Amino acid sequence: MSQPFRLATGGRIDRGRRLSIRFNDATLEGFAGDTLASLLLANGRHLVGRSFKYHRPRGILSHGSEEPNALLSVDRGPGRRDPNNRATMVEAVDGLVTGSQNHWPSLELDAGEVNDLLSPVFVAGFYYKTFMWPRSFWEKLYEPRIRAAAGLGKAPETADPERYAHLHAHCEVLVVGAGPAGLAAALAASEGGGRVILADEQAEPGGSLLHETSALIDGMTAEAWRARALETLASRENVEILPRTTAFGYYNHNHVALLERLTDHLAEPPPHLPRERLWQVRARQVVLATGAHERPLVFADNDRPGIMLAESVRVFVNRYAVAPGRRIVFATTGASAYRAAADAKAAGLEVTLVDLRPEEDCGAGLQTLRALGCEVLTGHTVVGSQGRKRVSGLIVAPLGADGRVGARRTLPCDCVGMAGGWTPAVHLFSQSRGKLRFEPAIDAFVPGTSVQAERSVGAARGVYELSDVLADGHAAGADAAGRPSERAFAASPTPAGFTGIPLLPTDADPAKLRAFVDFQNDVTAKDIGLAVREGFESIEHVKRYTTTGMATDQGKSSNMNALGLVASILEKPVPAVGTTTFRPPYTPVSFGALAGQSRGALFDPVRTAPLDAWAEEHGAAFENVSLWRRAWYFPKPGEDMRAAVARECRAVREGVGIFDASTLGKIEVVGPDAAELMNRLYVNGWSKLAPGRCRYGLMLKEDGFVMDDGVVARLADDRFHVTTTTGGAARVLSHMEDYLQTEWPDLDVFLTSTTEQWAAIAVQGPKAREVIAPLVEGIAMDAESFPHMAVRLGRVCGVPCRLFRVSFTGELGYEINVPAGHAREVWEAVLEEGQRFGITPYGTETMHVLRAEKGFVIVGQETDGTVTPDDLGMGGMVSKIKPDFVGKRSLARPDIVAGGRRQLVGLLTEDAALILEEGAQVVADPDQPVPMRMLGYVTSSYWSEACGRGIALAMLADGRSLMGQRLHATTQEGFATVQVVEPVFVDAQGERIRA
Amino acid sequence: MLEAKEVSRRDEAAPALDEVTIRLLPRSARFSLRLRPAEAKRLGRVADFALDQDINRLVATGERRSLRLGPDDWLLLAPEAGSEAIAEEIGSGLAGVFHALVDIGHREIAFEIAGQAGARVINSGCPLDLADAAFPAGSATRTLLAKAEIVLARPGEAPLWRVECGRSFAAYVEGWLTEAAAAVNGRR
Repeated sequence: MSQPFRLATGGRIDRGRRLSIRFNDATLEGFAGDTLASLLLANGRHLVGRSFKYHRPRGILSHGSEEPNALLSVDRGPGRRDPNNRATMVEAVDGLVTGSQNHWPSLELDAGEVNDLLSPVFVAGFYYKTFMWPRSFWEKLYEPRIRAAAGLGKAPETADPERYAHLHAHCEVLVVGAGPAGLAAALAASEGGGRVILADEQAEPGGSLLHETSALIDGMTAEAWRARALETLASRENVEILPRTTAFGYYNHNHVALLERLTDHLAEPPPHLPRERLWQVRARQVVLATGAHERPLVFADNDRPGIMLAESVRVFVNRYAVAPGRRIVFATTGASAYRAAADAKAAGLEVTLVDLRPEEDCGAGLQTLRALGCEVLTGHTVVGSQGRKRVSGLIVAPLGADGRVGARRTLPCDCVGMAGGWTPAVHLFSQSRGKLRFEPAIDAFVPGTSVQAERSVGAARGVYELSDVLADGHAAGADAAGRPSERAFAASPTPAGFTGIPLLPTDADPAKLRAFVDFQNDVTAKDIGLAVREGFESIEHVKRYTTTGMATDQGKSSNMNALGLVASILEKPVPAVGTTTFRPPYTPVSFGALAGQSRGALFDPVRTAPLDAWAEEHGAAFENVSLWRRAWYFPKPGEDMRAAVARECRAVREGVGIFDASTLGKIEVVGPDAAELMNRLYVNGWSKLAPGRCRYGLMLKEDGFVMDDGVVARLADDRFHVTTTTGGAARVLSHMEDYLQTEWPDLDVFLTSTTEQWAAIAVQGPKAREVIAPLVEGIAMDAESFPHMAVRLGRVCGVPCRLFRVSFTGELGYEINVPAGHAREVWEAVLEEGQRFGITPYGTETMHVLRAEKGFVIVGQETDGTVTPDDLGMGGMVSKIKPDFVGKRSLARPDIVAGGRRQLVGLLTEDAALILEEGAQVVADPDQPVPMRMLGYVTSSYWSEACGRGIALAMLADGRSLMGQRLHATTQEGFATVQVVEPVFVDAQGERIRA
Repeated sequence: MLEAKEVSRRDEAAPALDEVTIRLLPRSARFSLRLRPAEAKRLGRVADFALDQDINRLVATGERRSLRLGPDDWLLLAPEAGSEAIAEEIGSGLAGVFHALVDIGHREIAFEIAGQAGARVINSGCPLDLADAAFPAGSATRTLLAKAEIVLARPGEAPLWRVECGRSFAAYVEGWLTEAAAAVNGRR
């Protein structure tokens, strides 16, 4: 028979919409509105997983997000397999494929169960004790094995094809939780028109009202009140209701992160819809109506499938019309279980209730339940359970007035509802850095002092009586909206008082007791006792030693029992033991949601220069330089990189090459004090640089080390065109702005980034002038009128340009700066004009080789943040007459002026064909004992087509005094002999550049 | 229209009424003007560009729009054709006054986001509050869209926003907005 445990009537499920899912090898039926948990229970499936450590059979404990046991793998297709889904939170969808975890070969028969027999070995901290020797085994054997055995579920192996979205949102009031308190708060908060977001983790808003079948609110049924509240909220334009949305993180400035699940509940989600949306809400005020979690009772074998929380039994019966068992024993230390028992009885189930408290403390529920014909045993404790894969009996015993445990009695049953009291869900409050306060009357920590603009309401702060919950919610919502008002609600009594008992009294040997405190992490009361005996008295230490309250549980079901145990063993009050810190996320968050859209092409911006498309069309190989994508080289058919680069190098040295230098950083420095600012920021002097001329500038950090470099053109007395390295553009601008705004606000100068305004087309080679001269208007191109390191304004191809005569290749060269939108037309015109000289486009690799042949450094390649101008042989550039510049004082530091600093040199390998590795270490004597004295290292190394051999630049200790010496550089095989030379390999006189 | 080649074009067929659309805007004349706040207050305007509005406000005078992005920082926009004339007008209007006028007409690319849920699309990567009360007509600011710096402006009452970004970020910004729009357009 299908769904044998489905009740004939009632529930919020849609009996008109049948569906079926796969669970391991079985096909199970259910209805729309089911969760996986309710569907499994409707089919009589209690055994749904194996525990983490001992592989004990485990069933569904709860009905909500605190579920520690029922963690299922859900498979929605390739790349959509998702482990560790709480069965209580996954909505049943037709065709869903699910499975249990942590067992082999099957759920029913699990070899790992041997761990349970070995439980005396697997005590708290067992691996710290057990695997101590031999010491070397830890890394190689023990740890890998333990890691393989640990962990729950299998991570997916293929990329997730789903889409995920992010959204920033703002509101006046964010209400977390749409139970009675949250609804009342949202209603009150939204009256004034301020924006209200109401987020609830369930598929339907309503919280406990969804299973409140008997209570009345203001004369209405709870359901009628709920429906009306939602209707009112939905009609208000200022309210956004977010079902299936968990507030999982509470950060500074009322920044709350929500996870909205959009498609998992749809059998056929529309393809454009993201699976999940991560909300980052900035709320003026936050109302936390997160409710409370029921505590399990801690007694021997309290973890058998079929033993669940009493309120969860009530939820399954009332909300899902499922009988979690036919014969249910409720075990309680408080009042709320009586209502659960009464509802189960009303559903036609056989009900017995066992209350730890003496008869006179049991309240009005006792007589009501007895009047319904249920057996109620008061003053009884629970000492154990029977059954293996499903509970078959609960062992109870009377508790004498002296605390002695009387004769045992077994109550046959197929389900147990345990009620150990309530723990307010203070996780978000705690994450907001609010201070918790212990409230002895309800044996719980409740929100104490707030740190942020938030307030907790209802069960989240230990208010359990429905009328009080509603009034509390209303007052908080109104207050949060800045319109304080109070309102009374009439509601049926919902007593929730209880006696907090961390471990039920028992006559069993405490050393053999398997009473679970934390179901998810398999922590027993015995483990906690052991931890305390071994000296772990701080609750934070107990947590880490035993792992209780770790992982996704975050103390939801285990926290108060663990605290109570530690407190009782230490004979301290609970507040003296304290509580652990609750950490985000409240419940697990998928990586997809955290990444959002930032994947694939949107993972990081790939910045492309104006000529990128041309390069792509012409077969360039690309490399990434900071965020930029740059053409690396332009291979012709059949060419490898070395051949292509050699050809490009030859073209520049012998004819003409064209290169996209647009990514160079550019800053326009404007104002009467422009030269003064430059004087203070660069080592060079700028006052005497005439308009129309360029100078190579070197910039230091405060520590005297080279930060950036670049050619600077003076366009007018009060205007400089500064270039920076590609990667340094933003950093240099910030550095300049920082000084200008904080140190020298008196200077009349402004800085503007023009990196992206100007495309820079470098035309380099002996034929460069002949190529561009026909395209240039308004500029005299002859060498005398337009010398090296000069800049002219004019037009090229009719486009306004800033034409630089500069060279990073050692050849006659120009850089044509044109507005970026005109780059391609100018580039193509130059190419066209250069055809007759065989103009050759070249990429960054060739640029690197050509500059290395000339010994031009690249900041970040020859320098590493610890290199001074003198180290680079540029000491002469440092102005001696300027009173100050950034880094000047550091250049006089003792360690900077001392000998032995590494200096830039050239290296030639004895074997001309050998190309050293960049980063290779250089030593004087390869036969010296290890550790050898390193003289320095290779910073740049290339095949030089012009030299017909390998060349390298290196930074060597006192390198300039080593000229001509033979040294040895490391290679993959051993050492290669090198000769120290001046760091310039081509045209040392610099005649070509001035041609 | 070189820019059109660099940034993939969307289908410009008339969108459904409440669909959010993203459109590449034609090139503008665009200047960065830096000026001491006291001078701005004294002058009030130059070449039909407002200078004395509050920070983060956009003021349009005919086709000339001035976005005050900081105490001493204006972004000036106008149709492209007038670019060189505008520079001259401003130059003569500010003669003798310390200022920096820099042509950034090609530095940035502009998109227009239109549709009732446009703010939601922008909020996929921008943390600002874009509700009418917080970001009313005439608002303009520098901000972030995910990992790109943008200038965001809402020229008028209509649900229409202008997003400017560095041209090398255009493909990223357009891709981001398009993906976000797909999710938002499918939301209800």
